[in-house]
Amino acid sequence: MAATSNPATEQYNFDIVRKFAIMTLFWGVVGMFVGVYIASELAWPFLNFDSPYFSFGRFRPVHTGGVIFGFGGSALFATSYYVVQRTCQTRLFAPGLATFTFWGWQAVIVLAALSYVMGYSQGKEYAEMEWPIDLLIEVVWVAYLIVFVGTLMNRKQPHIYVANWFYLSFILATALLHTFNNIAIPVGLFTLKSYSLFAGPQDAMTQWWYGHNAVGFFLTAAFLGMMYYFVPKHAGRPVYSYRLSIVHFWALSFMYMWVGTHHLHWTAIPDWTSTLAATFSIMLLLPSWGGMINGIMTLSGAWDKLRTDPVMRFMIVALSFYGMSTFEGPLMSLKDVNALSHYTDWTVGHVHSGALGWVAMISFGSLYHMIPRLWNTQLYSERLVNAHFWLATIGVLLYITAMWISGIMQGLMWRAFDDFGNLQYSFVESVAAMHPFYAMRAIGGMFFLTGMIIMAYNCFMTIRQAQRAEQAAPAVAVASA
Amino acid sequence: MLHWLAQAENAKPLGLLIFFITFCAIVLWVYGSKKRGERLEEHKNIPFLDDEDASKDKSHG
Repeated sequence: MAATSNPATEQYNFDIVRKFAIMTLFWGVVGMFVGVYIASELAWPFLNFDSPYFSFGRFRPVHTGGVIFGFGGSALFATSYYVVQRTCQTRLFAPGLATFTFWGWQAVIVLAALSYVMGYSQGKEYAEMEWPIDLLIEVVWVAYLIVFVGTLMNRKQPHIYVANWFYLSFILATALLHTFNNIAIPVGLFTLKSYSLFAGPQDAMTQWWYGHNAVGFFLTAAFLGMMYYFVPKHAGRPVYSYRLSIVHFWALSFMYMWVGTHHLHWTAIPDWTSTLAATFSIMLLLPSWGGMINGIMTLSGAWDKLRTDPVMRFMIVALSFYGMSTFEGPLMSLKDVNALSHYTDWTVGHVHSGALGWVAMISFGSLYHMIPRLWNTQLYSERLVNAHFWLATIGVLLYITAMWISGIMQGLMWRAFDDFGNLQYSFVESVAAMHPFYAMRAIGGMFFLTGMIIMAYNCFMTIRQAQRAEQAAPAVAVASA
Repeated sequence: MLHWLAQAENAKPLGLLIFFITFCAIVLWVYGSKKRGERLEEHKNIPFLDDEDASKDKSHG
């Protein structure tokens, strides 16, 4: 398909968006491959090869860092730089600084992964990076804030579109969370090791204030920003209710900050903090579902697109998973449910229904919409998009079903007593019972990874056809002159 | 009253009260006036303003 002249590619700075879009695909493949590998290690432990460098403990943060910060982070940089320019109708502020955010962010992902494999970790979930990498993140993030806010200030459109509110809240909240959770004292200037300033329950509460708000602002608010631009844009219809999007934004912003302690039910923290977190978690159901309905109803009157357009299908299925995981989350935050679910694979399944079903699927849909426009061409193959959609959907379903069964079984086995009041099962019996479901989870991951590889190939071919068309264009012009 | 405000442990309920009242005020502001509502709803067309066919009204209904 030949490229045609497009004023948008000249009007806006798409170079930085293209770079981040390509790295989204790269980190998607790498991060998900490591995920499948560690899932396979749990099912077939010989894959650890008795080497610390291949062990689950070191590879697990490589996977989470690769998919959350590499894949998800790059997708957010790419789409936020794209959306803020197009909805403000202005070029990106400080392009040099934007380029710095690209190289700085990629350096963070690579250095973090290398440090984990070498055995360096703060031991804080999703914040395993040691202090020099934390400082680099801080600098990159401030640069990101300056570029984003500078672009907003240069806008030609008087109103700031709601997607940008979500992106800005993600940038601000992540800055706060990262800074306070990583306050640590290095053991020495020339060592990577450091110790947190907080201790005991305070450390745990700070960590889960960070952890859950990383879910709330990095993996939810920011991707909602993506949703509020790309779903209407791809559907060719404005969002169902702009007023509902405003209430959605403020409700999420007010409520998310309170709920982190639901990760610490039945531990040494004060009981009222647990109850408060559970209460706000239940209240969060309302704005979450309001937002989901707002996104899905955007298709109102154009439901046929779901049959004909696989990109639209990605977006709507993503919203359905958003609704499902934001129902499951409050349910699991109830103390009695949590007594069964905590420390089991149910939590792992819940995280992946949000991460794969919502975050990855909305990113796939948005990238399939954005990449052809960035290179001023059309998608190489819609059939491959369709194949990706089914592989991803089957993969997520296999994954979360396996983890539901295994998690609930685990919880029930751990608290089963015999007639004499002794534990009915030993821990190793519960591990043996998990095995078929660990294999099923790994297979689900393989489906998802295969879809991701197909997407990378499809996007590579899309970019290549755009480059070929661009090279051919001057030759055609000369021949016809 | 000042004594109550000076107690550190009262910061949490006070914060909760301030956030709750602010949130209620936002909801009232968004849904309280039909005219304002119509003006707010117009902003939903912003993603389409840099299209070549930007002049079209793409609103539902």
